[in-house]
Amino acid sequence: MQKLTRPQIAWRIAQDIPDGAYVNLGIGAPELIANYLPDDREIIIHSENGILGMGPTPPEGEEDPDLINAGKKPVTLLPGGSYFHHTDSFAMIRGNHLDYCVLGAFQVSRDGDLANWATLDNSRPPGVGGAMDLAVGAKHVYVMTDHCTRDDQPKLLETCTYPLTGRGVVDRVYTDIAVIDLIDAGFVVREMLAGMSTDQLNNMTGADLTISDKCAELKAPDL
Amino acid sequence: MIDKRVPDFDAALAGMADGATIMSSGFGAAGAPHDLLEAVLEHGWRDLVIISNNAGEGERGLIRLIGERRVAKVICSFPTSSNSEIIREQYFANQIELEIVPQGTLSERMRAGGSGIGGFYTRTSVGTPLAEGKEVRCIDGKDYVLEFPLRADFAFVTARLADRWGNLIYNKSARNFGPTMAMAADTTVVQVDQFVGLGAINPEHVITPGIYVDRIIEVRGT
Repeated sequence: MQKLTRPQIAWRIAQDIPDGAYVNLGIGAPELIANYLPDDREIIIHSENGILGMGPTPPEGEEDPDLINAGKKPVTLLPGGSYFHHTDSFAMIRGNHLDYCVLGAFQVSRDGDLANWATLDNSRPPGVGGAMDLAVGAKHVYVMTDHCTRDDQPKLLETCTYPLTGRGVVDRVYTDIAVIDLIDAGFVVREMLAGMSTDQLNNMTGADLTISDKCAELKAPDL
Repeated sequence: MIDKRVPDFDAALAGMADGATIMSSGFGAAGAPHDLLEAVLEHGWRDLVIISNNAGEGERGLIRLIGERRVAKVICSFPTSSNSEIIREQYFANQIELEIVPQGTLSERMRAGGSGIGGFYTRTSVGTPLAEGKEVRCIDGKDYVLEFPLRADFAFVTARLADRWGNLIYNKSARNFGPTMAMAADTTVVQVDQFVGLGAINPEHVITPGIYVDRIIEVRGT
């Protein structure tokens, strides 16, 4: 079985963002999703620092230091886009106006708890940014992550051991081997890689899984 | 006649003192009032409390003030970005205090401070370490955390255009915390790219009405 690459996970998530959606893509890997949104859909990207209708990276030499995304990288504004101040931006987030946000994760529990801002490693000062606001505020909170850590520890768990970002907030997890919904305090597998057995998937997961009756093959084009 | 323009940084910073609390706008380097912060550095004030999204960025402004050990505490959502070793070193040597506040809560606390609101309940941070010790209240079946307002002695804001009444227009995503901070301080000082005549800003386009602004200093080429 061939695990999905980061761009392939991003592509897979992009297929599930519908036409007309307002979406916030978290800093880091979720930013890749913007590259794969289907051309026939109009999807409006929100950036927490006060942008709706955020466009792609500008050509070299056309960067504007006053036009950046949440990751502080230069971006552009699409026709129809708008600027607004931080309190308005977080009213959009906290007031349930965003349809989707996609966040990275260190850990997700079967209750939908999300841990993505701090580990138990205290060698760095803490910092949370807008993660806690997005976790409680968006109508659908999706997680994009590798299924296991670099040293093969499961990230989907009975309970999170790291400090929480939000409690019971995650609706769906897209990993490099499966798509998993969180329903009634349980992980329900919607898609998994072809050629992978349920035992293999269980062994890579730190909590019980339910395989959906309609479980499909997780696939993405070569990217 | 109302004229909020000031001729120099001495006038812009009149009333500043050691131990002052300063709101500093900007998200990363976008909209950061570098020149006002560096004027504070040159005047020598210390033991400052800074309220800002980040604890400095790049080479200018707040990161210099922190590097020169003038800052006792930073209230922020995300302290470390570029040049984070300066923060890291002082944080682990207990030379600087960090209060980490979720970004939306930080902004809303300042809005409350500027709006005469004594506190608010938010779902942000429920069940997390940042809610520890705070009142939690169940409203319509959902838990909310009580957060209190933030105010400051000074707010430093960057704007694109200002008139002598203090009406402001910003530039793109450099607007960020400016309009909220301008409401929430005893004295709001704006560094602006360009002054324009009264009436030159279309009233439908004014982002920060002049009532929130006390002093304006023109700093070209920022």
